[in-house]
Amino acid sequence: MAPPAKAVIGGQGAGRPSTARGRAAWPADRLGSLLAAVGFAAAVLLPFMIVKANRIASGQPHGLADSLSRAGAAELAALLAVVAGVAMLVRAPTVRLAAALAGLAGLAAAVSHAASRFTPPGDSFARVSPGAGAWLMTAVLALLATDALARLRLFPGARVAALALAIAACWLAFRFGLFDQLSVMREYANRADVFAREARWHLVLAGGSCAVAVLIGLPLGILCHRAPRLRAGTLQGLNIVQTIPSIALFGMLMVPLGLLARSFPVLSQFGVAGIGGAPAFVALVLYALLPVTANTVAGLAQAPAAAVDAARGMGMTDGQVLREVELPLAVPVILTGIRIVLVQNIGLATVAALIGGGGFGTFVFQGLGQTAIDLVLLGAAPTVALAFCASVLLDAAAEAFEGPGS
Amino acid sequence: MKVSVGTIARLVGAILLAAFLVRPEAFAPLFAPLTSNGAPPIYRQGNLLALAWSHFQIVVFATLASTLVAVSLGVLVTRRSGAEFLPLSRAVVNVGQTFPPVAVLALTVPLVGFGDGPTFIALFAYGLLPIFENTLVGIQQVPAAVTEAARGCGMTPAQRLFRVELPLALPQIMTGTRLAVVVAIGTATIGSTVAAKGLGEVIIAGLLSDNTAFIVQGGLVVALMAALIYDAMLAAERSIILRLGLPANERE
Repeated sequence: MAPPAKAVIGGQGAGRPSTARGRAAWPADRLGSLLAAVGFAAAVLLPFMIVKANRIASGQPHGLADSLSRAGAAELAALLAVVAGVAMLVRAPTVRLAAALAGLAGLAAAVSHAASRFTPPGDSFARVSPGAGAWLMTAVLALLATDALARLRLFPGARVAALALAIAACWLAFRFGLFDQLSVMREYANRADVFAREARWHLVLAGGSCAVAVLIGLPLGILCHRAPRLRAGTLQGLNIVQTIPSIALFGMLMVPLGLLARSFPVLSQFGVAGIGGAPAFVALVLYALLPVTANTVAGLAQAPAAAVDAARGMGMTDGQVLREVELPLAVPVILTGIRIVLVQNIGLATVAALIGGGGFGTFVFQGLGQTAIDLVLLGAAPTVALAFCASVLLDAAAEAFEGPGS
Repeated sequence: MKVSVGTIARLVGAILLAAFLVRPEAFAPLFAPLTSNGAPPIYRQGNLLALAWSHFQIVVFATLASTLVAVSLGVLVTRRSGAEFLPLSRAVVNVGQTFPPVAVLALTVPLVGFGDGPTFIALFAYGLLPIFENTLVGIQQVPAAVTEAARGCGMTPAQRLFRVELPLALPQIMTGTRLAVVVAIGTATIGSTVAAKGLGEVIIAGLLSDNTAFIVQGGLVVALMAALIYDAMLAAERSIILRLGLPANERE
């Protein structure tokens, strides 16, 4: 799989549209207008909150107006109207970003407020969750923020800082119990210990398998670069592994690992077993090998022949050429490969729960089994967040290594 | 035409796959060593051929839908009037790639219920990303001199799009579709956890009854299907590149 190409767009730097000749153009920002229209429709037409008497009862939809107090609803409406105005009329990305973030904060406060209003004091059975309207408004505001961030073209360091700020804001919101009355957090409160354990294990599964894949794939890629005859066979073999569906690969590995553990009981002390984490870990390593190896080969191959020739002309040995010329030039491509692998493995690790491998998938599949959507969300949301953070961090790293020269 | 090892391997693979789907019982001795306690070596709770067919169907329909939407979007944001939407659509595509398939499947269940629906939506959403990205690259790499010449010939914007830009971007778009199909074939197996009809059923039956033979046969059929479809689409792409007289794309 080729790393996403960095394309230079169009030629219009700031994306300010030149109005089409003759045609009467919509005077406002069209993206902002579209988002504002969708957000308005979501606020008026869709339920803001869903209230269930207990975990399995069917939900009662509540609109924005009856979810909040009169004053609260008016405040939120005023705030969102200002945000919509900014989205339609102001082009400066910083202002748009600030407006979107203010909108998100206001929405979060409103959801939190509505949740405590709907929860009778002392009641631990009621389940309150945001309705489609609240979700859609969140999505619209997030899109507005994303658009502003994309237009700001932040430097890698600034992107990491922005991510850190976002994480800190979310942490504060959870720390001070802003969402404690929401059904997802109710599910969390019931299994906080298990959640911490599965979270740690998910990180070990995804991060550890990625690390092992780098330890194997990097030398393998260098070897393939040196010996072209090895290259075709290795990459084709790894390609075939990728076509085996994940649940099948997880299942197939249960047999050899089970046999191994039975024949060499010593190994089972190190966690090698036919069921649970071990086959999942090995499967994730196997899936991760292709992107790491292929990107290492591609990265090494892109070192300009002139640079390699010059290095040799200076009397460098093969090893020196590799260490001092080819590898440094290949780092961004290799990091892109690692990003693909880490994001992919964070997602695939959820499937491990199917074979008793633990991780956030445990909650997803339990939730599917009990048709408890909040439980599904408890597993899915952290997985998405984790993958998103990994992607931002490694993207920034790859770009930082590309340097100003390229 | 020279017959290569690869061609023979593909032919053998296709024949084996067809034979297994039509007459799975004939392969029972092969899978018997993988079972224990007299468990059946071949999946019989459903017709394998029918399962493979519905697996294939859902992949094809979902990919067609995502091709239609992704190419239209790609065309839209590369027009002058759609340039405003370009930064956001790129960002959304990048963020979308971080959503794990299991999460997408599980979260669509409450919206559309169990069955083929969530799988279709998940496959559709996953297909959008590579196809959109490739459509963008394909259209943007059309040399400015070519579009300029087309304009000089008096072509309307629509003619330029359908006679110049899209044909020149076609190989790139097909690459995106090919990647999407292969990913979809694998992801569709996970769809069976939410009761979609497909080959994932065989694998999950194997996981539930601890029958490795089921897991292996389900996995092999899916893998073989993916590999054969990948090759067929690659061949189609190459022949179109030849027909268009474009320089062969040696990236793959």
